Amino acid sequence: MTSLEVAGLAKSFGGVTAVDDVTFSITPGHIHSIIGPNGAGKTTLFNLVAGLYVPTSGTVRLAGQDVTALAPHQRAALGLGRTFQNLQIFFNMSAIENVMVGRHLRRRAGFLGSLFALPSAWADNREARAQAARLMARVGLEAYLDAEADAMPYGALKRLEIARALAAEPSLLMLDEPAAGLNPTETQEIDRLIQSIAADGITVVLVEHDMKLVMGISDHIIVLDHGRLLAQGTPAEVARDPQVVAAYLGGEPA
Amino acid sequence: MANPALGRWGGLIVLIVVVAALPLVLPNKFYYDIAVKTGLNALVCVGLNLLIGYAGQISLGHAAFFALGGYASAVLTTRYEWNGFLALGAGAVATGIVAYLVARPILRLKGHYLAMATLAFGIIVSLVLNREIWLTGGPDGITVPTLRLGDMRLRSAETWYWITGGALVVVTYLALNLIHSPSGRAIRALHGSEVAAETLGIDVARTKTMVFVLSAVIAAIAGSLFAHADRFITPNEAGFLRSVELVTMVVLGGMASTFGAIVGAALLTVLPQALAGFDEFKHIVLGAILVGTMIFLPKGLVPSLGALIRRWRR
Amino acid sequence: MSDFLQFVFSGLTVGAIYALVGIGFALIYNASHVINFAQGEFVMIGGMATVALIDLGVPLLPAALVAIAIAALVGVALEKLAIEPARNAGVVTLIIITIGASILVRGVVEVVLGKQFHRLPSFSGDQPILVGGATLHPQSLWIVGALVVLVVGLKLFFDRHPFGKAILATAHNRLAAQLVGIEVKTVLVASFALSAAFGAIGGILTAPLTLTQYDVGVMLGVKGFCAAILGGLGSPFGAVLGGLIVGLAEALAAGYVSSAYKDVVAFVMILLVLFFMPSGLFGTKGTERV
Ligand SMILES: Nc1ncnc2c1ncn2[C@@H]1O[C@H](COP(=O)(O)OP(=O)(O)OP(=O)(O)O)[C@@H](O)[C@H]1O
Ligand SMILES: [Mg+2]
Repeated sequence: MTSLEVAGLAKSFGGVTAVDDVTFSITPGHIHSIIGPNGAGKTTLFNLVAGLYVPTSGTVRLAGQDVTALAPHQRAALGLGRTFQNLQIFFNMSAIENVMVGRHLRRRAGFLGSLFALPSAWADNREARAQAARLMARVGLEAYLDAEADAMPYGALKRLEIARALAAEPSLLMLDEPAAGLNPTETQEIDRLIQSIAADGITVVLVEHDMKLVMGISDHIIVLDHGRLLAQGTPAEVARDPQVVAAYLGGEPA
Repeated sequence: MANPALGRWGGLIVLIVVVAALPLVLPNKFYYDIAVKTGLNALVCVGLNLLIGYAGQISLGHAAFFALGGYASAVLTTRYEWNGFLALGAGAVATGIVAYLVARPILRLKGHYLAMATLAFGIIVSLVLNREIWLTGGPDGITVPTLRLGDMRLRSAETWYWITGGALVVVTYLALNLIHSPSGRAIRALHGSEVAAETLGIDVARTKTMVFVLSAVIAAIAGSLFAHADRFITPNEAGFLRSVELVTMVVLGGMASTFGAIVGAALLTVLPQALAGFDEFKHIVLGAILVGTMIFLPKGLVPSLGALIRRWRR
Repeated sequence: MSDFLQFVFSGLTVGAIYALVGIGFALIYNASHVINFAQGEFVMIGGMATVALIDLGVPLLPAALVAIAIAALVGVALEKLAIEPARNAGVVTLIIITIGASILVRGVVEVVLGKQFHRLPSFSGDQPILVGGATLHPQSLWIVGALVVLVVGLKLFFDRHPFGKAILATAHNRLAAQLVGIEVKTVLVASFALSAAFGAIGGILTAPLTLTQYDVGVMLGVKGFCAAILGGLGSPFGAVLGGLIVGLAEALAAGYVSSAYKDVVAFVMILLVLFFMPSGLFGTKGTERV
């Protein structure tokens, strides 16, 4: 059983082929990283898996089910969660409300229940607030519970996105450069957080440029270059791969 | 604010008190009529604000829904002699269905394209109301019979004041419920980031449709009440300028603020009356106020004043 | 056949006006990403100011030129006083600002020039020209001719003149334009002036055919917006095609279907286009970057 499986996946934008015939699978549990130089197609790959982009060709499977034709929200309902390289915070809400939105799939009250404030809506609100507060504490944001999102610093927003994604209780979590722009202390906190998420049994797929972080916590690494899959394996295997070394040093592959 | 719920329900209580106390200072029927108009506009704006302010979707055609409700009441009660309340309900349901049908294709659009599409929809409705004279009476409008509740004829300005005030309080209460509920957070998430909303499992198309239909139904009910309160309705109620007026009320009062929508509606309903003496200069003043508020208080009156008060307290 | 020709003539005449208004939308959109709901008011100013000046005894040509200049000034004032101070506002806020400005402009004209209808004498008399069994008003030739001249001029301006190129560059990529030393502020002001002038010219040219009044701008503005969207927002030449298509469709519908519903045609068409081609007939489609 695989957690995520992509086969022959490709996406082009006009003339640019951002993802080019990529095939790989990801086993449940563990921390998987996708690395590659700028513009390698990592974010595009995430967007394809999440269903935000329609692939030019290829298929995406989640837990064995072909989801290529499903909308993003349907994939989320199947246990897929993610964060964004370019923050996608709900700046029109408070921090805790951002995380409470993450409980959407777990709500019980419908639209009418919400409108008439039926007990189910009250229960949802209480439950969502409690969970959100717990998750914010977990990512180290307990000081920001009722802060407005647009008044929070960048590093806190990065963690807020993680808390929000966790609130949906995903089984597969994709993190797009969670440590970008963070200082070394913050990066270490993120490192620990990712490990604790994986320890909870959530499969983590990480895109990250910080090689120290990636090499330290990944069980499995996939290397993309110019949209193509260049290599995959354990950190040690990937680090030894001459093509990977060449791609990172900017030379021609041997 | 230490407890957001306090502000929310505090606001509702203030609204109830204002509605209950206003008759003490309303000297005559003329002022009651203005109050009723204010209340009906506020009703539409509370709904429209859910769409524009909270979900972040512009509609430049909302007057069409108001008019559809109004004309449903007018036509069903005069031409088919329906019971007024039945007609009101039928109008609300029918308008809801129309809104549902146009919502999906229209709400896929964004920004200026959405503005264009809603505008086009509104103009089409107003042109149909103008042209189908056999049914609607055309540009001259149509007379609407007095609403009856059993043997009671709901006719006096005071009666309509209480009907409108009651409706406004109820709809405000429902809007506040919604905003602070799971569905309401989903609605606000659309404004914040549609992409993030989708990846958290929110069905964007469905959620947009829900708010759109809700705001259309509220507008339709307000339209029906208006038709009976005024006992007359013309296609102008569906016009582009009327739609613009409604959006302006919402934006002026403050987007994403339910009480802002009410304040905006009140200001833009009362102001032209206050300027009636300077009829000639009415448009100049109105235009200048709009431009000025948007430049200097882009968040709208109520949120800007709220921020000012908070800063002053500190 | 002569019926058809008749409808085409009137369609092209009206369409040319929509095209001029549409170009104005596109020019301003390109420079500032603002949809200027006051666009129709430029048309109204053009017609009304010319009428007023002629009433004062000014001959047609200088009156028209002054009217165009007045409209351009109003355009510049709109940019300087209302758009620029709200630079970072959202789409809705900017829409409301331009709507407010249009109400203000209408209000001023209402106070200064009154609410009556006005008519401008035709430029070359009212003797209809017979073409293939259909009649053509000489003013129509003026209108279509002016559109052709203006479009060709605009094209040359964009292709040849350094400032025209600067305007295009700014529309394409504002930041890059700034980096190569283009004065974006000047481009903004010029775009507003230019688009106001185009609108005013349209207003002057049609005033002999359709009468003019302080509130003729509303519907014209909306139709011009249709033209601009149909042609793909931000494409002035697309807007010309869009305008002509809207005008023709209206005239043909009025002739063959129902004149009562001619105004509906433009809006039904725009809805269908948006539903099936969300970025207009000639707009480019891209994948929104996440
Ligand atoms: N929506 C889009 N439209 C057009 N081109 C796009 C779009 N999204 C990505 N691209 C292009 O696809 C290529 C891959 O981009 P992508 O963002 O996936 O790279 P990445 O590996 O995430 O890079 P980085 O490490 O800088 O985040 C780039 O050339 C980019 O310009
Ligand atoms: Mg990336």
